[in-house]
Amino acid sequence: MARRNLKSALLAGAIAMLGVAVRAEERYGIGRVATPAEIAGWNIDIGRDGSNLPPGSGNVERGRIVFSEQCAVCHGDSGQGAVGDRLVGGQGTLASPKPIRTVGSYWPYAPTLFDYIRRAMPQNAPQSLSNEDVYAVSAYILSLNGIVPANAVLDAKSLAAVKMPNRDGFVSDPRPDVHNR
Amino acid sequence: MNEHTTDKRVREASRRRFLQAGAALAGGSAIAGVAGSTALAEQGNNLPPSVPEWMKAPGDPMGSQPYGTPSVHEKGVVKNISKTLPQYISASGRTPLQELDGIITPNGLFYERHHGGVPTIDPAEHRLMLHGMVDRPLVFTMEDIRRFPSQSRIHFLECSGNPVYTKPYGKTASDLVGLLSCAEWTGVPLKTVLDEAGLQAGAKWIVAEGADAAALTRSIPIEKCLDDAMLVYSQNGERLRPQQGYPLRLLLPGFEGNMNVKWLRRLKVVAEPAYSREETSKYTDPMPDGTSREFTFYMEAKSIITRPSGGQKLTTHGFHEITGIAWSGHGKIKSVEISLDEGKSWQQAELQEPVLTRALTRFRLPWHWDGTPAVIQSRAIDETGYVQPTLAELVAVRGLNSFYHNNAIWPWRIDANGEVTNGQA
Repeated sequence: MARRNLKSALLAGAIAMLGVAVRAEERYGIGRVATPAEIAGWNIDIGRDGSNLPPGSGNVERGRIVFSEQCAVCHGDSGQGAVGDRLVGGQGTLASPKPIRTVGSYWPYAPTLFDYIRRAMPQNAPQSLSNEDVYAVSAYILSLNGIVPANAVLDAKSLAAVKMPNRDGFVSDPRPDVHNR
Repeated sequence: MNEHTTDKRVREASRRRFLQAGAALAGGSAIAGVAGSTALAEQGNNLPPSVPEWMKAPGDPMGSQPYGTPSVHEKGVVKNISKTLPQYISASGRTPLQELDGIITPNGLFYERHHGGVPTIDPAEHRLMLHGMVDRPLVFTMEDIRRFPSQSRIHFLECSGNPVYTKPYGKTASDLVGLLSCAEWTGVPLKTVLDEAGLQAGAKWIVAEGADAAALTRSIPIEKCLDDAMLVYSQNGERLRPQQGYPLRLLLPGFEGNMNVKWLRRLKVVAEPAYSREETSKYTDPMPDGTSREFTFYMEAKSIITRPSGGQKLTTHGFHEITGIAWSGHGKIKSVEISLDEGKSWQQAELQEPVLTRALTRFRLPWHWDGTPAVIQSRAIDETGYVQPTLAELVAVRGLNSFYHNNAIWPWRIDANGEVTNGQA
């Protein structure tokens, strides 16, 4: 009896392995392997914990210069917003009838600032700033919001360590939350 | 309704009909046709009994339009694009819903939303990279993608900000909910392509990135990727339009439009979301208590009457078909109810088959308009039993600043002249 059980277990195992093999053969063999260099060139996502932030650093003063040259035309000289989003202020307004959502009042994670500026800004020439300048502009915007001091120098480690005021302001989707009648 | 009409109302309606017919004739309009009234011949060189001019000579030869366009008489049926947007690189354009029939949106009228303009991508140089928590990181050409077994499915796409909760409310159906379209999509199930790379244990999300100037990035839960997500290269039988992500886009049926990443160049399999700007600073739903909802993916059940609707005019009393569209990100539309009396009573509309999951569903109700002012509205009920709420019910829970996922019932007000306007404005 025990032996028969063992036998069927072995058989089942063999079938399972066969299944895996068949499944593997069901791959279509379409596409080619991506090389590490190809992946490194395109993999620009920065985690909320700062993972994948590149080497380099930038300070608030350099950020002020880059911002005035590259960003101010849309976001205003001091990030007050124009054609582009307002970037500064609004802390403490989120529960008010007129919430003001900015980097300082709304964004939960500082590394996202680096990620977004690098991938999408300035709007007329995205992915044109050096990593140093992206760090610098991030530092400048955070300093305008009073989140880092005016003499701050940001790099992978220090940007990841910044705690944003609204970090804990997000909740998961509770819908369906509204019921008809 | 008309069987309850009093004699006085009938007399009044007849008088109005007579006046309208007279006005139509005086204005030389071709629209006269009033049921039951005495035959009054219209005048015009192309009207009976004359032979119309377009029968007296051959029309345009074959080849005059290698890619066909609508009749010159339909020039007004175009995307609804505001002339006063702050900028046009990150902007949206709406489908003229009130001008369309059926459930399929013509490709040229499909709504648009882009965050860094519309890129011009050479498909020969476009690549999809699939990497992260996979056994084999892969790169695909467009030719590769098209070699996979294909599928065609009909699904709607809707922007999550459609419309916002605050005034001024739109005048037309398009102004209100025109960031909505529906098409037949052809491509390969995302699961098929993921199997090719082999998902590793712990894979929970896939970060999708576009090859546009915004490198737009959203995180998709793995359950959706393995369910009905598709990599799409064709729309309504032809290759995707540039505005819709040519040569390749992600399609996530029922999920907010922004997640259906266009110009798709990269899929990264990860353990936790990217928390990109588009899923933290934007596309999160602010609540009155100062918190915001994140990862609000599904578009809940919704409907809108497209005829008669805002900006249109009923030119005659008598029979009118009420028609519109309903949809739900959670599946099929089970029923649509219509109220003709400001929401006091509701009756079932007829649904046009086929009723498809996560697709537009066309509904209709025959109606006799007796000339009295009316407020008409529709509400959708989906297969989960969920009933489309009123704007007041939504605002009571979410406040006025929630911005996204407004699926309110929207009433239209019809005045005694037949003018249709927004019932909430």
